[in-house]
Amino acid sequence: MLRSHLDVELLKLLAAGMLLISFSMLATRRTQQLITLFAWQGTILFLSTTLVAHEARLTELYFSAGLTLILKVITLPLILHTLIKRLGAQWDNERLVNIPVTMLVGLVLVIFAFGLAQPISLLATTVTRHTIGIALAVILLSFLMMITRRKAVTQVIGFLAMENGLFLAATSATYGMPMVIELGIALDLLVAVFILGIFIFQIREQFDSLDLHHLESLREE
Amino acid sequence: MRGIAFVWQFAEVILAIVLAPLFVGWIAQCRAWMQNRSAPPLTQQYRMLRKLFNKDAALAENASRLFRMAPYVLFGTMVLAAAIIPSVVTDLPFARAADAIALIGLFATARVFQALAAMDIGTAFGTLGARREMMVGFLAEPAILMVFFNAFLLFGSTALTGLVDNYATHPSLIDPSVVFAAIAFVMVLLAENARIPIDNPATHLELTMIHEAMVLEYSARHLALIEWASSLKLFNYACIGIALFIPWGIAIHGAAVGAVLIALITLILKLAVCGAALALIESVSAKLRIFRAPEFMAMAFLIAVLGLLVHLLLGANTGA
Amino acid sequence: MIAQFWCNFLSTVFSHPLDSTLLVVACWPLIALACLLRPHSIRYVARFLFPVGALVCVAMFLLAGTFLISGHSRQVMILPLGLPDLPFHVRLDALSAFFLLILGLAGAGISTFSAGYFRSGEGTAPGLLGLHYHVFLASMAVVMLADDAYLFMVAWETMALTSYFLVTSQHRIPEIRRAGFLYLLMAHLGAVCILLSFGAMQGGSWQFTFDAMRSASLAPFWATVAFTLALLGFGAKAGLVPLHVWLPEAHPAAPSPVSAMMSGLMLKTAIYGMLRITFDLLHVQFWQWGVAVFALGLFSALFGAIFAGVQTDMKRLLAYSSIENVGLIFTGIGLSILFAASNLRLFAALALAASLIHALNHSLFKSMLFLATGSVLHATRQRSLGKLGGLIRSMPWVAALALIATLAIAGLPPLNGFVSEWLLLQSFLYTPQLPHAFINMLIPIGAASLALTFALAAYVMVKFYGMIFLGQPRETSLAQAHDANWLERIGLAWLAAGCIAIGVQPQLALHAAGKSTGMLVGQTIAPDPSVWRIAPIAPEQASYSGWIFLAVILCTVAVTFLAVRLLAHGRIRRTAPWDCGYPWQTSRMQDTAEGFGQPIRHMFGAFFRMERELPAPTDLTPRYRVHIEDRFWRALYQPIAVAVQRLADALSFLQGGRLAIYLLFSFLTLLGLLVFVL
Repeated sequence: MLRSHLDVELLKLLAAGMLLISFSMLATRRTQQLITLFAWQGTILFLSTTLVAHEARLTELYFSAGLTLILKVITLPLILHTLIKRLGAQWDNERLVNIPVTMLVGLVLVIFAFGLAQPISLLATTVTRHTIGIALAVILLSFLMMITRRKAVTQVIGFLAMENGLFLAATSATYGMPMVIELGIALDLLVAVFILGIFIFQIREQFDSLDLHHLESLREE
Repeated sequence: MRGIAFVWQFAEVILAIVLAPLFVGWIAQCRAWMQNRSAPPLTQQYRMLRKLFNKDAALAENASRLFRMAPYVLFGTMVLAAAIIPSVVTDLPFARAADAIALIGLFATARVFQALAAMDIGTAFGTLGARREMMVGFLAEPAILMVFFNAFLLFGSTALTGLVDNYATHPSLIDPSVVFAAIAFVMVLLAENARIPIDNPATHLELTMIHEAMVLEYSARHLALIEWASSLKLFNYACIGIALFIPWGIAIHGAAVGAVLIALITLILKLAVCGAALALIESVSAKLRIFRAPEFMAMAFLIAVLGLLVHLLLGANTGA
Repeated sequence: MIAQFWCNFLSTVFSHPLDSTLLVVACWPLIALACLLRPHSIRYVARFLFPVGALVCVAMFLLAGTFLISGHSRQVMILPLGLPDLPFHVRLDALSAFFLLILGLAGAGISTFSAGYFRSGEGTAPGLLGLHYHVFLASMAVVMLADDAYLFMVAWETMALTSYFLVTSQHRIPEIRRAGFLYLLMAHLGAVCILLSFGAMQGGSWQFTFDAMRSASLAPFWATVAFTLALLGFGAKAGLVPLHVWLPEAHPAAPSPVSAMMSGLMLKTAIYGMLRITFDLLHVQFWQWGVAVFALGLFSALFGAIFAGVQTDMKRLLAYSSIENVGLIFTGIGLSILFAASNLRLFAALALAASLIHALNHSLFKSMLFLATGSVLHATRQRSLGKLGGLIRSMPWVAALALIATLAIAGLPPLNGFVSEWLLLQSFLYTPQLPHAFINMLIPIGAASLALTFALAAYVMVKFYGMIFLGQPRETSLAQAHDANWLERIGLAWLAAGCIAIGVQPQLALHAAGKSTGMLVGQTIAPDPSVWRIAPIAPEQASYSGWIFLAVILCTVAVTFLAVRLLAHGRIRRTAPWDCGYPWQTSRMQDTAEGFGQPIRHMFGAFFRMERELPAPTDLTPRYRVHIEDRFWRALYQPIAVAVQRLADALSFLQGGRLAIYLLFSFLTLLGLLVFVL
């Protein structure tokens, strides 16, 4: 039930844009750029949800979209920006594995996700069912980003990006989650960011650095 | 095969040869505007070529035949590439000689000859330039191959004329694989033509140059031919990009003279826009450290592969 | 009268191809025996007998070529030799004929070159060298003609043995003896695997003719066992990773024409064996086989290219490049198996044709390169790239012919290397049509690795040619280098003519390869009606014309040259090199071989095991040393060697030294046999 061919094409383009941003987040060297990319991810999510709401004529998706805009495009990036400004961690973003290898692993994960998603997308009945594979790929790539980075702030952003991917998966498979669940997740996110922020400050006080390998010295000998 | 097709073929080649230095001059002009300074006139490249042709060639004592023949071979390969790429018409007899993959091979020939000529004199700069040029080459080839692979899956042909014919009749600009392929292609264009962020075409600092290091020992008419070949290479790449991604207006098979004239005007407009866009990209980017270039090319390769995968996932299931 | 006689003779010869081929093959052992008549005379052996051998090679090439083009069906014969209940079966079909064509074509060039090259016996008597050389040629031809397992193994082992003697020609040098030992060891391990594979393929009938194996219907498990053993055995001989360790040792140790033979021809017999077993005897049953071959081939190709980029010995560099090319051929074979098992026969034929033509091309340009290194070695006595340079001035002929070979192996149009690379990349374009889920997404990315390998090969060859022939001489003794003699030039020129001919007019090669693919996958490549270009699938989709490339480039070069001369001028002034104004230049300021390979070392560092010694700021005599090693030695071979040693030590109690124990062993064996037989 397409309203127009153009809408479907635009949705595909937006989903592909999400994938590209996830890869750029894997490759970027500066934390500030990472936050900007996260904000862009939120914007794409907002646009995509609005389009789906328009296509499927579901008004509660408009609320979802609004919530995404307020939370993920404006509030969270603002909080994160202030956080890193106070920490002085805008620039340097070391990694455990070098960039080309990370990209190759990311590529394999994308193929894996696409392969898995194909049978699922045949079962679903929504307009955007083909983008389930992309959503799964975004989740896996954000997880990869969390694994291969050293600074604590990127773990937070990776966690948030993972949630973005989940949201995309929900929108594409089942036209969004029930409102209650969504509000609950949004609240959880806000709380998580605050707690993680406090945690990061504690790390810095204890070790004078945000490098996570210092946490290894806490194990029992 | 109509006789008039040969006329169009020759005309296209002559057009490419004549317009290439102008294109480079236009890009320099745009860069100057964006950097708030005044540029030399658009015909500066032609004046430089004329100056160089009139000079005596100062050759090193140990220069071999290969060194002296290389500029001619380079120019020849670039002219052949201009004959194969459809810029104004698609009814080109010589285009049957090569498809896109053979075109990659042709550019590789030019690169290898240039590298060999650079190593001929035996100075540190020549070998440095040769080594770096071959490195950029082997990083760019997978990326450009994936771009053409994408194009093949979308339009069913790797022959450039066939691609353009198919695309011009059913365009789909916002197909994500086309967008990804376009981004990857632009990145490869910057790398292969020694533009920022891979190489600075205006630099003369030894440790940062790639292209300039290779042509350090050339002078006079040899240098003129090499510079002309380089501008022709940039022109060719721009025409490939236009033919792959924005081919509307091109005179397809069996068109009349009027359509060809319209195609010519559209081409010049498109080249002007592309030149300005290139200048913009060059002005906002900084030159990368040489060993960050692999990451840049890896990104280009990845974007092309993503386009391919997205097409296999999404495009194969179209028709909801 | 004489014309009539010749016409009759030729028509008889070409109408009985198998008989004529056997006669031609029999000439080589005769030449080998003739070498023994005056074993110490170089003039007799090298200047007379080797050219005769070359003419025999040309005859073989012509026979095989006419057989392929004329479209004879296969011919079989049973020779009255061999075991009592298993006489020698021989067979000439399209696949054998294609590889015999390769043997004849490359062998002619190599034999002619050797006629001029062998000046002083290379450590053994020239007669012995000639004996081993020609028996080697004969055994390779018999491998391709064999139609039963016994003859195949006899010929295979003869090939291994004679090549071992050829490799250890200069047996007084310990490194060469060690390299020869390693080579023999790996060759025998491979032979054991092949033997076991034949054993698995006979499927219970205990008949070892190939016809019996063709018609045996094996259970999937046994078919896979046979395939794996064949892959191990032929992979060891071809130099597939991880069984490649003997190649970089044996090829540099052998005299250059022998290295050319091994790289150009012997590796192709392994490819022939693989094709024969997989497509003909086992009938390509499972697509998983294709994935295994594809993966191994792709990894070998990348591995070979990367290692070749960091070598400093010119022959080792070429050896690793052979590993790379063999990897490419196996990649094509793997792709073909995948397509054939999924019933996409046209694309299977395309991929297989690409591999076959690449085998042909490789035999031509790799032989040329090894022969050129032979000339360089003779003229300069230097093998290390760090001590060569600038030879284009003192050895113009070798330099010009080596340039053709370098451009060909780098895969540049309009020469022959590009044709097979183009065909291989074309076959990749159709891989998304494969029906298997993850495979059709992973394999297109393999195309990118392939493109990376091609470009790396170009890099490596620029390094090879530039370090040896271009630049300034790195040693003062290089000024006395002399050019190749006329026999060597003819040999190189023959091979170069082959490279150019196949590059500019690939239709014949494609037609010949198509005949073989018709036999193996049941689909030939339809020849395009136009003589100017090849378009294997459809002209609208992709086409390539070597003629137009060559013609347009030459015309443009000529026109530009004339235009510049007429409109401007052609004056030259010779000066010192500019070099950015540095006043003092020595030949040491050029890149060394390690230096030119630095980008590869930097980017692909994970592949190597590197030991580096960096100078400190306080060193009075700073040195930089880098040693690069294959990881497979430490990771795979040394543990195996240690385990074998331990096992041998544990069993050494059996060799007590006491006579009574040994007699007891014989007695127990006798008892056992009596029980078993009775």
